[in-house]
Amino acid sequence: MLEGLSQRFEGVVKRLQGLHKLTEENVSDAMREVRIALLEADVNISVVKDFIANVKSLALGMETIPGVQPGQQIVKIVHENLIQVLGGDTANLNLTGRGSTVILMTGLQGSGKTTTTAKLAAMLKKQGYRPLMVSADVYRPAAIEQLGVLGEQIDVPTIKTTTDMNPEEIGRAALEEMTQLNANVLLVDTAGRLAIDEQMMNELSKLKDILQPKEILFVADSMTGQDAVNTARAFNEQIGMTGVILTKMDGDIRGGAALSIKKVTGTPIKFIGVGEKTSQFEQFHPDRIAGRILGMGDVLSLVEKAQENLSQKDAEKQANKVLTATFNLSDFLQQLKMVRDMGPLDQLMKMIPGLGGALKDAELDEYELIRTEAIINSMTMKERGQPGIINSSRKRRISRGSGVEVQDVNKLLKNFQKSKKMMKNLTKMKKNKGKMDFPFAGMEN
Amino acid sequence: MLIDLFVDDSSTNKDQPQAEKPEKTGLFKKLFSGLKKTRQNLNNGFNRLVGAHAKLDDSFMDELEEVLLSADVGLDLTTRIIENLRADVKANLLKTVPEVIEFIKKELEKTVTFDEEEKQPSTKNSKPLVVLVIGVNGAGKTTTIGKLSFKLKKRGKSVLLAAGDTFRAAAADQLETWAERSEADFIRSNSGSDPSAVVFDAVKLTVSRGHDVMIADTAGRLHSKVNLMEELKKIKRIMSRELPGAPHETLLVLDSTTGQNAVSQAKIFNESIGVTGIVLTKLDGTAKGGVVINIVDTLKLPVQFIGIGEKIDDLRPFNPKEFVAAIFEGTTLTETKESE
Repeated sequence: MLEGLSQRFEGVVKRLQGLHKLTEENVSDAMREVRIALLEADVNISVVKDFIANVKSLALGMETIPGVQPGQQIVKIVHENLIQVLGGDTANLNLTGRGSTVILMTGLQGSGKTTTTAKLAAMLKKQGYRPLMVSADVYRPAAIEQLGVLGEQIDVPTIKTTTDMNPEEIGRAALEEMTQLNANVLLVDTAGRLAIDEQMMNELSKLKDILQPKEILFVADSMTGQDAVNTARAFNEQIGMTGVILTKMDGDIRGGAALSIKKVTGTPIKFIGVGEKTSQFEQFHPDRIAGRILGMGDVLSLVEKAQENLSQKDAEKQANKVLTATFNLSDFLQQLKMVRDMGPLDQLMKMIPGLGGALKDAELDEYELIRTEAIINSMTMKERGQPGIINSSRKRRISRGSGVEVQDVNKLLKNFQKSKKMMKNLTKMKKNKGKMDFPFAGMEN
Repeated sequence: MLIDLFVDDSSTNKDQPQAEKPEKTGLFKKLFSGLKKTRQNLNNGFNRLVGAHAKLDDSFMDELEEVLLSADVGLDLTTRIIENLRADVKANLLKTVPEVIEFIKKELEKTVTFDEEEKQPSTKNSKPLVVLVIGVNGAGKTTTIGKLSFKLKKRGKSVLLAAGDTFRAAAADQLETWAERSEADFIRSNSGSDPSAVVFDAVKLTVSRGHDVMIADTAGRLHSKVNLMEELKKIKRIMSRELPGAPHETLLVLDSTTGQNAVSQAKIFNESIGVTGIVLTKLDGTAKGGVVINIVDTLKLPVQFIGIGEKIDDLRPFNPKEFVAAIFEGTTLTETKESE
């Protein structure tokens, strides 16, 4: 996510950090590079202009703090301004108030409305809401079926509609059914439409009148170029929107839409889609994204992901195993699974400060993890508990069972022994402090 | 190229080799209304430039750069144009603002025009003709296939559509509806199954039933996902194994609202799968055509078709000349449109 932009920025940041003295000239030089980085990233030209002017005047006008390199101070200014451009504070859904809530999903064709509707419903369900979905897309073939299938996958009820109904009818029927089914959030998927299509925009505003939605979310493709702001602005002017969801953020996107939409429309980005699975959906945190762009990593998101997938009890149990050196291959397998549950490895690594840039070209192979799991899965319980008993005939069996070479089994066992040794040393060192640093295991809640 | 199928043999009109005559009026109308916004932007820009700048100074250049960037032309190309321009102005080759604007128009037209000699050999006579359609999520692959199928049917071709998108919910149903609308044959498999298997069956069926054209849909995938690109390679491998020479066309569908990312999409899909042509969709919106210029420039890939609406006949051959003209000759075009 945002690799291109962050690579550029990391270069600028490095150069800035080395500056001992600020002059009009070297600040201008740095800002020229920031400008190129932003323009290459499809950031709206007016946003770029404002950003540069702002940072430049702040940088030249600031008072130097003794002991702090002026370059560092500029980096801070850039960081703060990036956060502002991205929207400042994290924006939440407004689902408060009495009774039930309607969320209207809008956007251009192919921006990912239907998938996003299901992702949002799944997230709300996880948070304890009782969501209900309905498709008012009577135009795109099989759009209704698509939402229905997704509804089954995430176990959220979907109201059956047909293409011979009109969207207004669907809206009214959905409101009725919502009460009957005792749902408290209704998510309404709509057909993709162009902001210049008057007829379709009228249809949307009629639907809005009927549904009286608390949230009107504009779903936008994060790869959109300079047109992103035009469309978002037009939708906002005609329908009004309460939030933006950026999709396909898992691609090699440049970030133009993310950096432009809030600034131009005044509407905050609330969520981002980061993968094809319905669980790959996250809240949008301007400060964290700004951190990622500047190569500062995003430890907060990493910790949250870990917390979401690990219970405190599990973590303590694991930590204890390590402390008492009874950690065996079964525990290792469990840890592997936990890591995998947290999401694709490459996405996780990018959240670690300093690693994002370093791993640019490294092919982080999910396959390696899967293979390790397969090898351990081919072992008997006894072998997992006491890896010492694994002799060459056992190794051959394990390699056949998991479809790998004997060398791979050897490698795994060797690595395991090595890490166990390391853990022992760690334990000795840390015992008196009573706290563990083992990855993912000793995390505080 | 696939586009050759839609060019009449008798046609000797060199100026508009790709235009379908009966649809021309419609094409103009659609393209004009779609590009109106771009044109307005650029024109406003250009008019502003002409009006506000008597001299070819730095502030003129800055504003010109801004105009080009806003049209998604891209930083690289824009910088190059401006640099050429500065050199020519310095050498006194260009003296007035209108001259400069004329120069840029020519530059862009040159860039977007796909050299005839660079074209791939014609696939017109391959029978059956196998077409693989690829692209990122939401670009408009399935809709494009529906429109293409309709177009081919109108030309008397028998068509088979293969639902190679076994991932997205109800994608096969969507294609099936298009198959019905365009009266094409249709083949699908269970959701979640291996897309290569569907393609395998489709090629077999195409040969045994004697279809003229088979078009395979694929699941949308971000070009940055290595595994999914491998899956696509496998589909292609199966095709050529079962029918030497297939796929005869690999069309990359690009959403015209996409910014410079479209260039990297085209690049990576081309490197890993090999692309023979581009379909630019959603040109009826406010999206700017600038990114096309960039793609043709950097990758030497022809844009074969453009999508300009949701109706079954809203797919048109791409004509570079008309395209650039529609972007840059706004005033004249508006007059043409009004006189229609």
